[in-house]
Formats: sequence, C-alpha cells, structure tokens
Amino acid sequence: MANPDFESNARWRDLDKLLLRPGNLVNENFEPGPQLRSDLQEYARVLVVGAGGLGCELLKDFALSGFRNLEVIDMDRIEVTNLNRQFLFRLQDVGRPKAEVAAQRVMERVSGVNIVPHFCRIEDKEVEFYNDFNIIALGLDSIEARSYINAVACSFLEYDSEDNPIQETMKPMVDGGTEGFKGHARVIMPGVTPCFECTIWLFPPQVKFPLCTLAETPRTAAHCIEYAHLIKWDEVNSGKAFDADDPEHMQWIYSEATKRAELFGIPGVTYSLTQGVVKNIIPAIASTNAIISAACALEALKLATGCSKTLSNYLTYNGLEGLHTKVTEFFKDKDCLVCGPGVLLELDTSITLQKFIELVEEHPKLLLAKASVTHRGKNLYMQAPPVLEEMTRSNLNLPLYDLMDKTPKDVIHITGMVSKNDKKTSCLRKLRVVFKGVDVVTEMDTAGGA
Amino acid sequence: MAETKTKYDRQIRIWGEQGQTALEKASICLLNCGPTGSEALKNLVLGGVGSITIIDGSKVEEGDLGNNFMVDESSIGQSKAKCVCAFLQELNDAVKAKFVEESPEALIEMNPSFFSQFTLVIATQLKEPSMLKLDKICRQADVMLVVARSYGLTGLVRISLKEHTVIESKPDHFLDDLRLNNPWPELKRFAESIDLSTTDPVVHKHIPYVIILVKMAEEWANAHNGSLPSTREEKREFKDLLKSKKIALDEDNYKEAIDASFKISASRGISSNLRKIIDDSSAEVDSASSDFWVMVAALKEFILNEGDGEAPLEGAIPDMTSSTEFYVNLQKIYQAKAEEDFLAVERRVRDILKRVGRDPASISKGNIKSFCRNARKLMVCRYRSIEDEFNSPTLSELQKYLTDEDYSIAVGFYILLRAVDRFATNYNRFPGLFDGAVDEDISRLKTIAVGILSDLGCNGSTLTDDLINEMHRFGGAELHTVAAVIGGIASQEVIKLITKQFIPMSGTFIFNAIDHKSQLLGL
Repeated sequence: MANPDFESNARWRDLDKLLLRPGNLVNENFEPGPQLRSDLQEYARVLVVGAGGLGCELLKDFALSGFRNLEVIDMDRIEVTNLNRQFLFRLQDVGRPKAEVAAQRVMERVSGVNIVPHFCRIEDKEVEFYNDFNIIALGLDSIEARSYINAVACSFLEYDSEDNPIQETMKPMVDGGTEGFKGHARVIMPGVTPCFECTIWLFPPQVKFPLCTLAETPRTAAHCIEYAHLIKWDEVNSGKAFDADDPEHMQWIYSEATKRAELFGIPGVTYSLTQGVVKNIIPAIASTNAIISAACALEALKLATGCSKTLSNYLTYNGLEGLHTKVTEFFKDKDCLVCGPGVLLELDTSITLQKFIELVEEHPKLLLAKASVTHRGKNLYMQAPPVLEEMTRSNLNLPLYDLMDKTPKDVIHITGMVSKNDKKTSCLRKLRVVFKGVDVVTEMDTAGGA
Repeated sequence: MAETKTKYDRQIRIWGEQGQTALEKASICLLNCGPTGSEALKNLVLGGVGSITIIDGSKVEEGDLGNNFMVDESSIGQSKAKCVCAFLQELNDAVKAKFVEESPEALIEMNPSFFSQFTLVIATQLKEPSMLKLDKICRQADVMLVVARSYGLTGLVRISLKEHTVIESKPDHFLDDLRLNNPWPELKRFAESIDLSTTDPVVHKHIPYVIILVKMAEEWANAHNGSLPSTREEKREFKDLLKSKKIALDEDNYKEAIDASFKISASRGISSNLRKIIDDSSAEVDSASSDFWVMVAALKEFILNEGDGEAPLEGAIPDMTSSTEFYVNLQKIYQAKAEEDFLAVERRVRDILKRVGRDPASISKGNIKSFCRNARKLMVCRYRSIEDEFNSPTLSELQKYLTDEDYSIAVGFYILLRAVDRFATNYNRFPGLFDGAVDEDISRLKTIAVGILSDLGCNGSTLTDDLINEMHRFGGAELHTVAAVIGGIASQEVIKLITKQFIPMSGTFIFNAIDHKSQLLGL
C-alpha cells in the first residue's frame, strides 16, 4: 500500500502526459521520461517574490505543477482588503505575516511540497541568497521591487571573453503584474531576452500633481486630498510622520480634503477616494491574478523541463473590452547597465577601496550613493548594518587589487541608492574591473565600455 | 457589514456598489468541479457571489490531487462536489454553497428544468453532445451560459446567450464628449466672456484648453467659410495658430490645447455603433421590451429631436490646467447641459412606458441618468447558439483562419477540441488517454479532424501533423495551470455578465499555451 513511487505516479496522472511523452512542439532540450519529473521535484528550486494576490496563486500553481522546493519572501502582514483575492488567507489570519501563512496553507494541502517562508524585505537578504534558486517568480506590485530583483538576478550573469552571456550563469525570471481586468506575464532570460531594466519604459512613472496646482488652483477631488496629504499635514502636525495605515491619520486627511473641496466648490471627495489617492491603491481582483500567475507558473514549468515552447517574451491580457491577448517580442538593450556585461573600469593597482568607492559614486553612468562593494560573494565594504560596516571599515584604506586577491580583471558588485523620479531606491550594479598593466595578454576589449 | 465592505474594497473600486450588489444576488451553477471549474468558482466565491451550486457525480481519485487545490488526501473516495464545495465555503462564509452529487450529463438529460433557477451556468469539461443540449436548455430558460474547457496545453471559453446589453461598458479610452466644434449657447457664452488676449499673464495661463479650442475653432471657421481644419496641412496650421497665442513658454494650458487640437475635428453626430443600436428592430418597443430597449427607444427620439443628431451630453470633463474658478464654472456648464438632456430623455422614457402600457415610473431616475451618461458607449452583444455555429460556421472566416499563420494553431485546436469529443463518442475514451497504440490513435484522430473540416465545407483543408500529435500527447490531461487560466478567464467573463459592466468577450476564445498566441474565433 505505502509505495511512495506508485502514489506519486498516480497523483501526477495529468502532468505526466506532458512530461513523459515526446512531442514536436517542444523545447529543443526536452528529454521526456519519469526522470524529468523526479528531477523537477528534486532539483528545481523556485523563489516566489511576493505572497500577495499573485504570490498566493503562484505558490499553488507551482505546487500543482510538480515543483517541490519552493521559498517565498514577503514583508507584509495580512489585511482585510486582501481577502477578496488572496485565497490562502482567512479573516482570522489578519495581522499575520503573509509569507508564513501562505507557505503553511499550501503545504497543508499539497503533500510532498516544501515551502520556506521569509518574512522580510527583499533587500534584507544577501545577494547570494537569490543565487540559490533556478527560477525566480515575481508577484510584485511595485516597479522598484521588480527593478531590484531584476538587478540581483542579472548580477549573477557572466559574459565570456567575447561578450557572450554564459548559459550556466543565467537566472531566469517570470514576472506577472495586474491592474483590474488587465495584466501582463513575461519571461526574462538575462542576457537573452530584455531584462526589466531594458524595457523600463513599459512602466511610465506615476503622474504627480504639481505642488502649485495643489496649493493654488485645485480642480479635482484628488487635488484636495493631495493638498491635505502633502501640504497641510506637515503644516499642522509638524514633525509627526504621516502613516497611511493609521485610520485616524486617514480620517484627518479626509476631513481636511473635504473642507478644502467645500471652500473651492469641488465635488467628489469621499473617504474611499481619499484612501485610493493617498495609498495609490491599484484595484485588484481574483480572476486576473489567477490568469496571470498561472501563465507565469506554466512558463516556469517549461523553463525547468522544456516540455513546450516558451513565451517569447511578453504577454498582455486585457479583459476590459472583450478579451484581448497579445504576445510581443521585445529586444534587449545591448547597452543595458543591468543585464549587459557591466560598466568597464580600468584601474591602477594602487587604488584604495575608498578611492574606488568615490570613483563609482561619481561615475556618470552609475550615479549612486552609499555604495557597498562585494567581490565574488565577499563583502569588501558594507554601509549597513553597523556591525558589518565596522567589520569592513578597515578595508577602505587597502588597495582594491589586494582585496581582490590580485585578480587582474573581474566582476565587482555594487549596491547603493539611486534617485529616480524624486524617489530613492536600492539598486545593484555590476562592474567589470580591469587593472592596468597587470595582464596584457588577455586585455579586454574596451570598446563600448566605460 | 463594514468588514464586508472593506473586504471587497479593491473590487468595488472597479465595479462599484451596484456591481457588487449584482454579484451578491447572483446564483451560479457549476457543472463538473475538476480544476477548471473549481478555479472558476474560487474566483467568484472570493468576490462574494450570492450562491453556488456544484454538480459533479465523480469521486475524488488520487490523480485529482495533482491538479486540483480544492481536494486533498482526506478527500480520496469521497464525492468531489462535496469536497470542493466544503473548501470553497471556507473561503467566504457569505456565499451560500451547495452541491449535487450527480453527473451533469444525466442532469441535462433527465432534468432540464433544474437549470432555470440559476442566473448563470458555468459548464466545464463537457463533451459536445451534452453541451449542445445544455445550450438549448439555457437559451430557453433565459439563463446565461459560459462554457469552459481545458485540454492539455489548449482550452476554450465561449459565452452563449441570446442577448446581453451593457450600459456601463467603461471603456479604457474613449473620446471625451466636449462638443468643441459644436458648442451649445451656454458654453459659447462662457467662452465669449473670457478674453484670450488678456494681458494678465496669470489669467492667460489659466484659461482652460476647452475654452481656447472653442474660441479658436470658431475663429478658424469664420476665416474658412465655416469649415474646420481637415487636411494635415490645415491641422498643422491650426496648431501653429494656437502656438502663436502663447505669451510665455510655461503655459501648460496652451500645450494641452495643442495636444488636444484633434478634438475639434471630432465628427458630429453619433457613432456607427450607436446608430446600429437605435436602428435595431428591438428599439421598436412593446410591453414585453426590456428597460434597456425602452431607453434606447427614448434615446432614438431624443437624437432626432432635442439632441439635433447628438446623444445626450455626458457632462464630465477631464482635468486640465485652469484656475479653480474657470474649471468649476466650466464643469457646471457641462453638468447643466447633461441634466437638461437627461430630463428630455426621461420625459420620453415615461411617455413610451405609458404608450406600451407599463407603469411610467417603472424605470428609476438613477437608471435613466446612468443610461444618458453612457449613451455613447452602449453595447449590445448577441451570441449564436453553439449548435448554429457548429452546423454552419461563418465559412469565410473559417477559411481565413485556416490560411492565416497567426490563427493556424488556434483554429487547429478549435477543430481538434471537437475531434477529441467525437473520438470519445466512438471509442469511449480520449485519444492518448493510455500509453500505447499511439500511431493508431493519431491516425484515427486525424481522420476525424479532417472529417469535421469537410463537414464544415473546408474540403481539402488539413491540420499539421505536429498539432495532431500534440493533441494526442495531451491525452485529455487537465493541467492545473491551464485550468487556472481557463477558469480565470471564465470567471472574469461571468463577472462582466452579472454586473452588466464592461464588455464580455465575443466568439470563442482558444487558449494556446504553447506560445500564448491565443485567438478569438468569430464563427
């Protein structure tokens, strides 16, 4: 009775049709057979980033697609407004970490699957943490977070001496996003397809109201709300930080916005709109999340097994007016700072880490602040946390060349902060460092570099 | 109650309280609760649909654990309908969840009147003969039907009902109703009260672009025998004229006027879509006509009379650079005109109701107002019966699909999804269900597919061997991810149908999970 092999075979009745049988419309590396399923179960390691509307679906989809080694990372706790779509959560779970509850629920229902939850910010993990996965699935709702994970995944990508990406170092990603009845699913194969940064223009920055409009010529309910939120709050509550999750704060904004609207004869300020504007709420429904996540998980299954062709490389779904789906093949930006070979820096062997950091922070293509430096997973200098800063501070006066064990040329990873649309965000950049006069034989081609 | 509202906040922002109420009143019947059906229902239960009834006669087998999240080890051997129902109930206790342990095929055969109690039926994984019967039953009982099918790396979704009318179609992009080239007296007067050549730079940069365009369009027309810019050259000239009126570089209102200058050439009168609706024979109303068509009849009269060829004014204006005073006044002028138009339509609605022998107050003010606000965006969707489509598809379309590279896989799957059902009728199983006898199954499947094509009048057309092999490889598998996509799409369409908002899909959606080049086939 208790024959585990037999049990799992019966369970994968449907999936096995795809994994065990040969086909013609499949990936060239497809090798059907029972070994493929067991390899998938044993070796494929997937990280799901985000345990929200997409993340809950993704975890379920992966668990029911034969994956067994899953991890999920999310910094949020469950809120009541999640319950209309994040189907792994119940009312009594409100306040608990999403990653933990999601992992537990899926493991309870799908035997054999193991899900490790991480209740923290994505930046809290060492970069190397992300290198442990074969596939990273993104279920996020912010551009900044996507951009960060993308940079991390691309940082593992290495190029050979002819600037061709090395297959073994590619960290594939599937990325989903939804808004109401619309969504997208995409496959990112760093070095081959465009990375998130290559096509960042697909995500135009959020339009902000000019402050003078808010202060002098308000016309809409949203203007009145943003006036209360961005101007009046600081005037009245000097020093007190505004917290969008504090109902009293929100109520205050609402009543100030109402007063202003009455003053100017502007209709339409409601509590619901106030929340929507202040928190920049993106409407979300279960069905779209389910569609987009399943498309992403299916692509991940194809990446892991080759059991069908892959999406190349960007799918949009729009259910607003009828039903429209479209596949667009975007092309990568060969000069991309993130997925390209990296900015090339030619250095003297005498340059200290301190000087190197200054050089990097002033570099016109990089323009980052608070740079921390890593070489092959070794922290050369870390700005934070304080313990690490203290531990690495003494390196600042040492030559970088020595810190890199006298490697004539290699890749260096820099993490720091960049300003984008008046917003500071974490970023990760890859640099190629070459020391002058050390190794003339294999001198790198500097064309197109720094 | 407050908690309920908070729970649904993210979706109420999309379909409003009204849409939510419609959902909460709806009763949905699901046929077969494999992963496709379970996933479809899951999305609706989370959204707070009124009641669900699951029909499935099968017991949970171990194979179901590999593709359906709603069942687990403890479910094996039990009624699938019961297990899925229990899990779904756990998701939302506001939903009334019921199940009937019976095979859908038997119910369709033995108890057709059973279905008339529902708002909508979602039929999943149903084979062709039962599907055709169910379609007839639902049409007769005026119950909406959504068909969903997952099969290997393909699947389909199809809506079937006689007629679906939409007032709030909420399109993403739609030209504002500004009447820049056809201002009514109040708008004209307001425009005249504002001097574009004012020397006060603060006033000058706060004149709303709507006013700038109304005035400049008039100026242009006066200089051009009453006509507006129409050629590319004239449009460029008009933009230059706008540019010449700027007195400072930072005048956003003029920038907006130049960007929106195409709006002065918006054609007058109603769109061809609206023309079709008011000319529809249903607009000749009687006591049996729906509220929608009574309002269309009133709209038609309005357009011919008070409207002077135009639909009622929408009354909303976009945000634009302006002083608060100019903007608020402009808004009031648009709203007043919309209100006037609404009152005229309302009078006509009441008259028509009286004329056909209905209570003149039987359509609420709110509904008429919403109808007027959305008059330019009305939608009427009609669907052929599935039997009609199968017996006499639009041949020209079918032939186009068969020869168009973009459609070849989708139309191939469309034929093959029918072929596997015929195969199952003949051999009592799907092709490739078991390992072995591969070549025989494939050649049988091919013969059936070619037969279907020739029945449809596409003699000589065939499908690629690769695709037929692929269909055989699927062996009737219901993959979880494919089921989640198909179920997800089905539930999204159900929401549009029940809330009567947004535009439901037309034709048959064929999912292509191989490269995601899915298509809608209008046959």
